[in-house]
Amino acid sequence: MRSHRRAVVLSLVLVAATSAAQTSDPNLARNIAAGCANCHGTNGVSVGGMPTLAGQPKADLVKKMQDFKAGRTPATIMPQLAKGYSDEQIDLVAGWFAAQKP
Amino acid sequence: MTTIARRDFLKVLGAAGLAAGPLAGCAVSPTRTGPKVVIVGAGYGGATCAKYLDMWSNGKLDITLIEADPAFVSCPLSNLVIGGSKQLSDITVSYDALTKRGIKVRFDIAQAVDPIRQTVRISNQQDLPYDRLVLSPGIEILFDQVQGLGSPEAQAKILHAWKAGPQTVALRRQLEAMPDGGVFAISIPKAPYRCPPGPYERACQVAWYFKRAKPRSKVLVLDGNEDVVSKKGLFMKAWNEDYKGIVEYRPNYVLTSVDAATMTAKFDIADNVKADVLNVIPPQRAGAIAAQAGVITANNRWCEVDFLSFESIKVPKIHVLGDSIQIAPLMPKSGHMANQHAKVAAAAILNAFAGMPPNPTPVINNTCYSFITDRDVVHVDSVHVYDQEKKTFQTVQGSGGLSPGPTALEGEYAFAWAKNIWGDMLS
Repeated sequence: MRSHRRAVVLSLVLVAATSAAQTSDPNLARNIAAGCANCHGTNGVSVGGMPTLAGQPKADLVKKMQDFKAGRTPATIMPQLAKGYSDEQIDLVAGWFAAQKP
Repeated sequence: MTTIARRDFLKVLGAAGLAAGPLAGCAVSPTRTGPKVVIVGAGYGGATCAKYLDMWSNGKLDITLIEADPAFVSCPLSNLVIGGSKQLSDITVSYDALTKRGIKVRFDIAQAVDPIRQTVRISNQQDLPYDRLVLSPGIEILFDQVQGLGSPEAQAKILHAWKAGPQTVALRRQLEAMPDGGVFAISIPKAPYRCPPGPYERACQVAWYFKRAKPRSKVLVLDGNEDVVSKKGLFMKAWNEDYKGIVEYRPNYVLTSVDAATMTAKFDIADNVKADVLNVIPPQRAGAIAAQAGVITANNRWCEVDFLSFESIKVPKIHVLGDSIQIAPLMPKSGHMANQHAKVAAAAILNAFAGMPPNPTPVINNTCYSFITDRDVVHVDSVHVYDQEKKTFQTVQGSGGLSPGPTALEGEYAFAWAKNIWGDMLS
């Protein structure tokens, strides 16, 4: 059991190490999403006063961010912050939050 | 095929949560045999780093968090305590939830770092070993840069209240004791210092209090800089409108000395200023343990880091977060920013334990609210991406900005920000 687990762990580490040789980090979505937690709560689960992002449909989150980015939804902070994220980053983060438990 | 030493294997196992994905749940162990991380300072940077290392490793890392104070007291919102609309208990949060997670919270003061043996000495002379060390010690206040402020007596009379806690309450008491018609003067050091808009917000909060309780009193803002450092238009508008006749702003007031006996501030060029309550924010540098550890590399004040990992450019395996670092362009020394540094560092430390390079494309943001009254608030925000050529963070063009003016809606958001960020670091 133990040696089996070692083997599994080591092979997974090798897989991770191989993918690290490419340009993008395997935890990129998680890492970018962590930047939203200051206001929206850890893993997108708000403790109050801000919308929870966890478990929201990906398409809804992408649309909200794109509407902020394009200035279609007036707001205080979000139109300014949304302009700082690329379409790819918005897509990644929306997918990550959609997969979290609310 | 190289043989994997036991120590390295443990490192790999410790990082399995990072690498193993869905299998991670099966590998949870009651004893923490993973790599050891010691974190000094449990503020916005250090507490966040401890929590995220714990969460992202699925509780495998052996994490020790060293903190001098028995509970977290927030600098953001502390100006509301000075203004009188909040109490210290409203901005104080327990460390219990971090302890319950399995993080070893030690209420102690780190005495020394040995970067060769990779140990941190605490007050009982015990040496705590680390595989990675995170220093998030905040600021050291440079009393010796202001002549006359060296003695404990002078420091008890002329407060900085630039670390939230007893000084915050003491400054409030001084304002309460001041007679109507008195003068509150605040001296601001040359940038960079902790929390760029903080002194101006404080001027607003004291003016808010005076307007109601002591309307004949004055607030003098004595700025060591040539102009308002942050949110200029928004603060100037508040001083010229809401607080007209109360707040007076004076640029180029570079403080050289104080006389605690007469409560007088002296400047390099400008005339002396006498005040009933004199609030001096002296120049600052990275917290004392950073100096001891040898990671202060810029102007004898701040710590330069590799922005992909927040590892010191000088001493390997020591990461520095928050106000102590030599900032990237347009990156403020703020609590929000320290929380963001912490997450980049946590991800990089876990990658390092797994033998992987740090994420090459980090993106972080800043959101900073300032209270103009007890409920009307303005913000500044920004998004920062890593520039691989310049090896630093740069703000994204076209992003970020300011409020058009103070609103109660942003006041609600500011309190929600506080609740969520305190949860993000301390739950």
